[in-house]
Amino acid sequence: MNFTLSEDNRLLQDSVNRLVQDTYPFTLREQLVASELGHSEALWRQFAELGWLGTAVPELYGGSELGAESTRVIAEALGRGLVTEPFLSTVVFGAELISRFAGEPIQASLLPAIADGSKQVTLAYAEPRSRYSPNIVELSATLDGEHYRLNGAKGMVLNGHSADFVVLSARTQGEYDELQGISLFLIDSDSPGLQWHHYQTYDGLRASELQLDNVRVSPNSIIGPLHGGFALLDEILDRATAALCAEAVGVMSVLFDMTLDYLKTREQFGQTLGSFQVLQHRMVDMYAALENARSMTIAATQSLDGDNRREQVSAAKIQVNDAGQLIGAQSVQLHGAIAISKDLAAGHYYKRLEAIAALFGNSDYHLGRFVQRY
Amino acid sequence: MNPEKNNDISVFRQQVKVFIVDNLPADIRRTVQEGRLVSPQETVRWQQILYRQGWVAPNWPVAHGGVDWSPSERAVFEEECAAGFCPPLNPMGLSMLGPLLIAQGSEAQKARYLPKILRSEETWCQGYSEPGSGSDLASLQTRAVREGDDYVVNGSKIWTSGAQSADHIFCLVRTDPEAKKQRGISLLLIPMTTAGISVRPIIGLNEMHFFNQVLFDDVRVPVLNRVGEENTGWSLAKAILGSERLHLSRTGENRALLMELLEVARQEYSDGQRLIDEDWFRRKIGRAELRLMALEYTKQRYLQKVEAGQTVGPEISLLKLQGSELIQHFDELLLEAVGHYGLPYDPGWMLGPRSEPSIGGGYAGTISANRFRHKGYTIAGGSSEVQKGIVAKQVLGL
Repeated sequence: MNFTLSEDNRLLQDSVNRLVQDTYPFTLREQLVASELGHSEALWRQFAELGWLGTAVPELYGGSELGAESTRVIAEALGRGLVTEPFLSTVVFGAELISRFAGEPIQASLLPAIADGSKQVTLAYAEPRSRYSPNIVELSATLDGEHYRLNGAKGMVLNGHSADFVVLSARTQGEYDELQGISLFLIDSDSPGLQWHHYQTYDGLRASELQLDNVRVSPNSIIGPLHGGFALLDEILDRATAALCAEAVGVMSVLFDMTLDYLKTREQFGQTLGSFQVLQHRMVDMYAALENARSMTIAATQSLDGDNRREQVSAAKIQVNDAGQLIGAQSVQLHGAIAISKDLAAGHYYKRLEAIAALFGNSDYHLGRFVQRY
Repeated sequence: MNPEKNNDISVFRQQVKVFIVDNLPADIRRTVQEGRLVSPQETVRWQQILYRQGWVAPNWPVAHGGVDWSPSERAVFEEECAAGFCPPLNPMGLSMLGPLLIAQGSEAQKARYLPKILRSEETWCQGYSEPGSGSDLASLQTRAVREGDDYVVNGSKIWTSGAQSADHIFCLVRTDPEAKKQRGISLLLIPMTTAGISVRPIIGLNEMHFFNQVLFDDVRVPVLNRVGEENTGWSLAKAILGSERLHLSRTGENRALLMELLEVARQEYSDGQRLIDEDWFRRKIGRAELRLMALEYTKQRYLQKVEAGQTVGPEISLLKLQGSELIQHFDELLLEAVGHYGLPYDPGWMLGPRSEPSIGGGYAGTISANRFRHKGYTIAGGSSEVQKGIVAKQVLGL
């Protein structure tokens, strides 16, 4: 493992941090969350111009091809500002998946548009009864002449409301939970037979439920091997989980610092809260959890191309979930009543951490995955 | 990511592994693997093997007989030694006093003591804690009064590991009772054979003799045996404690315990199946391994910061804090794994080779003894509460 940032990534980190700090105050975030789109198109274009949307896109298609370590750096810095722009779903779910596994025609038509910010792509892997397991796919794809007919439902599709395309997993063969027999289809969000139900989540972001009723899809829109989509899905979810962990590290660092500042200034019983040993020791527990979450996230990111990818990612997600829930809950507790008011940013950082713990597998799910090695 | 550097370290790791397999005597390996007490003679034998290889003092400068290893390489060496069932080196001379003498000792002190530490011809113990000074070490009261070219020392030290067999003690004493408590302390080097020193054994919860009380009754120590200036002993001691804490993260020792736990869980049965196949126990092992991974990666990250020229200071305390607590957690899991067969205990199992299998499988008999010994890990070297205080004040600024 190399825990030292390269010079390029250090500069990248500075520039994302600066943009978030200068142009993304909490008040703007509140406005964006309340708006219909939920994020800013102008800012999205700016991300594109700065090359942040192209970290997983080859230079051939207008990307910056910076790689996973840069994706991690950007995700962490965006987390620091609780940025609502659909970076993770578009860059990891969309660009990463298409760059790695789609054929040339799909790549040529979509990757330049992702990198320049004109198109967004998301992934629909979960179903109402699948919980976190990507192998549980009941949505069916059956051949009807030259085309496939898709029927079923997908759930918790991140940023479905703004996605121009969605990649979804469908069962082309086998039982509902078999690894073999899952195929990935790229579908235009406006396809006939698609019924979207968009909603807000408690962390201010957007997701969707998706109903498919005889949606007609060409075999050309299959990404990766027919029936062999599970391994792709598994890898992309790991890549997305690593990026989500990085975002969480950004969120919890800021929340930790806010709490530390508060303890140094808030006085009760004639002294600062930070002078009480019981609170000092709790802050040390939170700091240790944060430091560990950072180390584990870096290690997971650097293991994405290795044989131990699955266990490293699950390990990181558990550490991040636990650290996020500790830091989130304790930050609210130590701020006191002010933190349960909607006006204070701290509470919103806490809510994002809670949401992250429940996304792409909670700790119990990932622990089950981690202990498969024994 | 810098694959070249990564590559180097894995080549180095392999070299260390091979060396250990080829050179660690089988009887010593067995003592460590079975969790029995390593005798001072076994420690010395292994240290002398390392000395001949030039590896006995990884954190000494090359000019004094050390090794030209980076902090990461040193950490890999420690990890492989622990994973390969090498006995821990006696840290008193090699890790604690040696580096201090190199930095602060007189030329005469270096010439007199360093070679014998390297060759394991003399052993040391550490006289820090006192009956009235535990966590508040700076309140220590053992007095050293100047009389001509000597100090006359009176008082007592406690929890002195290995005092029963050590040749010398490095000892914090109060030389100025009027000064602020940290400013009136000096560090003396005292032969244990000096008249007026007596050693009272303290038997541990596991019936083993590790600790002692060392009593000083008008003990005369030449002024030449003082390290550094008079009344500067506190800052010298703190420097030792800082480097000790990195070692006290115990990553290698923790990994060896994980391996042992997995092995035990493969042999134990629960509800008619192997314990390792019980989901509830697998998850406990998984959680513990996660803590170990987090500790290892955070330690690596801090070491790489040092190599990149950045400073890593008091946050090292986080590693000591977590590493010592994790050892105790692995002990709890090991005891849980053997169930009620963790209870039978005969101190003889800790001392000699297992002439007869202990009750409840070959491995159960020493688990409790090590568990009770390891209870000291969160107390010695600055208790967990002291470490948290250090991080709160010096890292978080509270």
